Amino acid sequence: MPWVQDPQPVQFLTPDGDFAPNESAQAFAAELESLDLVALQEMYRDMALTRAFDTECTNLQRQGQLALWVPSVGQEGAQVGSARAALPQDHIFPSYREHAVARIRGVNLVNVVAQFRGVTHGGWDVTDPAHGNFHLYTLVIGSQALHATGFALSQVLDATKKAGEKDLPAGAQGRETNEATIVYFGDGATSQGDVNEAMIFAASYQTPQLFFVQNNKWAISVPVERQARTPIYRRAAGFGLKSIQIDGNDILASYAVSNRMLKDARAGGGPQFIEALTYRIGAHTTSDDPTKYRENEELLEWQAKDPIRRFEKYIKSQGAEDSFFEQVAADAGELALKIRDGVLHMPVPEPGAMFKHVYAEEHPVMQGQAAWLERYENSFEAGESA
Amino acid sequence: MSEAEVVNMPIAKAINEGLRRAMADNDRVILMGEDIGTLGGVFRVTDALQAEFGSARVLDTPLAESGIIGSAIGLAMNGYRPVCEIQFDGFIFPGFDQITSQLAKLTSRHDGLLNFPVVIRVPYGGHIGAVEHHQESPEAYFAHTPGLRLVSPSTANDAYWMIQQAIASNDPVMFFEPKAKYWAKGDVALEGEPLGLHKTRVARIGKDVTVVGHGAMVPVLLQAAQVAQSEGTSIEVLDLRSISPIDYDPILESVRKTGRLVVAQEAPGSVSVGSEIAATVAEKAFYSLQAPVLRVSGYDTPFPPAKLEGLYLPDADRVLEAVDRTLSY
Ligand SMILES: Cc1ncc(C[n+]2csc(CCOP(=O)(O)OP(=O)(O)O)c2C)c(N)n1
Ligand SMILES: [Mg+2]
Repeated sequence: MPWVQDPQPVQFLTPDGDFAPNESAQAFAAELESLDLVALQEMYRDMALTRAFDTECTNLQRQGQLALWVPSVGQEGAQVGSARAALPQDHIFPSYREHAVARIRGVNLVNVVAQFRGVTHGGWDVTDPAHGNFHLYTLVIGSQALHATGFALSQVLDATKKAGEKDLPAGAQGRETNEATIVYFGDGATSQGDVNEAMIFAASYQTPQLFFVQNNKWAISVPVERQARTPIYRRAAGFGLKSIQIDGNDILASYAVSNRMLKDARAGGGPQFIEALTYRIGAHTTSDDPTKYRENEELLEWQAKDPIRRFEKYIKSQGAEDSFFEQVAADAGELALKIRDGVLHMPVPEPGAMFKHVYAEEHPVMQGQAAWLERYENSFEAGESA
Repeated sequence: MSEAEVVNMPIAKAINEGLRRAMADNDRVILMGEDIGTLGGVFRVTDALQAEFGSARVLDTPLAESGIIGSAIGLAMNGYRPVCEIQFDGFIFPGFDQITSQLAKLTSRHDGLLNFPVVIRVPYGGHIGAVEHHQESPEAYFAHTPGLRLVSPSTANDAYWMIQQAIASNDPVMFFEPKAKYWAKGDVALEGEPLGLHKTRVARIGKDVTVVGHGAMVPVLLQAAQVAQSEGTSIEVLDLRSISPIDYDPILESVRKTGRLVVAQEAPGSVSVGSEIAATVAEKAFYSLQAPVLRVSGYDTPFPPAKLEGLYLPDADRVLEAVDRTLSY
């Protein structure tokens, strides 16, 4: 007999696309009431367009146009559901696979590709309101969890000050902030100290925060069982976070639970945690060959649980018409072309760019080295023309 | 100058007063660290600040250095100016990744569109007879990292002003506090125009040999200069103050005058701040040098048990031994 009885992961849609909320889902059903057909179709479009984008980027990498690509195929349901639950004032800290979230928050997907083209380590202006408070990708596994927690702590401090108070006693309840912070990371990241420290700080200060782990079963070639011998969501509960496991390939489960938890977090309910059970259909990155470490049966099993196909069936049952799907397919093709064009015409940074923003303020070493490089480069041009 | 404007106080108190003033001037300045609240820090540098500004501005954090730095980064992203205290030098390494791979690189990752005005206060160095990890000088790791600024005061006046300048900087600043000198008193001019944060200071004028160091090394260099004077050697003492970037002009100017340079530090000598100064001076003042630049430093060993620290840490005698050697060329 198990020591702890896990409830079923929250699920509204069966893998076949039937709306059949399980017992765990009942408590969240009210969250779906606001989703009319227009909203459902938008969510479908989010997933379909992201997949088209992903496919195009993989092609670009194969054609030598990108150094690397990190596909999100199979994880669109978890991402779109949670991102659609976020409000405009919320802040989002991704890892490096959250392309669907980037698009939903308003980041031009061409800019998401920029770092994989080798022209930047960032790619978009996080201070531009048009980018929906979507922060930069972070490649050191788990480190963004602390940035998110610090950001969420700033939301607590702002609200504390606004309330005219100056103390944050140990053990205090959370405070209403009206905004929240979401951080995305993977199952492998849950082994990192930073993710664990982030949960400790979040619990300590009762930050308005949602930790969203996409348990896609693999960290490159290492199965999740190497990271955790307990369901990951249970660990979060041990830190004092409200924590729940969902079927991550069910976009409705992702939306409903995220929506509820974000509302709770903004209202002062403290940090929350979602473990979305999903699967990385593609390779870890284009540099990786998954057939070396995982069985084909596993892949087939998860392909049958595809988040897009099951949602397509569901929205058809809700009245989505063929013309809608035709339009989405056309838009997806157009997006792919736009991405290809944007990538192929991406400007290469000036040589001096590497010195430019190392420091916010004037720095003699940067000025000296930038000037030296310029003189050095010019010396060749002079030689050529002579 | 009126008496009210100059106050004699220990370095720890001067930092405390500097923090108080920075917090009073800007309500986005917050302090974070282990035991910094009701206790006032293990060295009492943040004494009474929590009572004055509240526990939402002087935050006792969970015991995790990566957590402190990483969350300070997130706070800075929303306009705060966090000042983090690392309890002791040797405990900074759990935060190393957040300092070097994140904090130091985030301004450039963001193309300068976001600033990261985070200050990391590090009580550093030996002379306190403590157990392992409590007496180290890890500056070189961070001086090697682009994107960080490193400073270290040696006087109460500098401590008071430099902490405020560090907080006002829009770049990450690591602030190395000479913990052995926390109780050393000095005059602090509470008003007036301070020397720039990244300026080397001539601490004593001399003509035969230049010696340079920072933090707790400076009083040792001044002591050595005193002794040398009685033996007829005139030493010029430079207080580095800024470890990154280094203000080379006063160093080069001094070397052009004396022709001899000794660099001194508590840290191990290999691949150190002193090595960097020696290389740069050799490059830029080659024809002025009468002797090779010499380094006086800790040995290339782990910081030894306290009973041996007197042998490990450079004292006035070791500085004078090097001075004699440069004069023998
Ligand atoms: C600190 C660190 N160690 C190692 C790596 C190399 N690495 C990149 S992705 C990855 C696996 C991450 O797995 P997971 O957290 O499950 O996220 P997923 O890629 O599955 O989305 C590893 C080991 C890294 N980026 N950062
Ligand atoms: Mg994974």
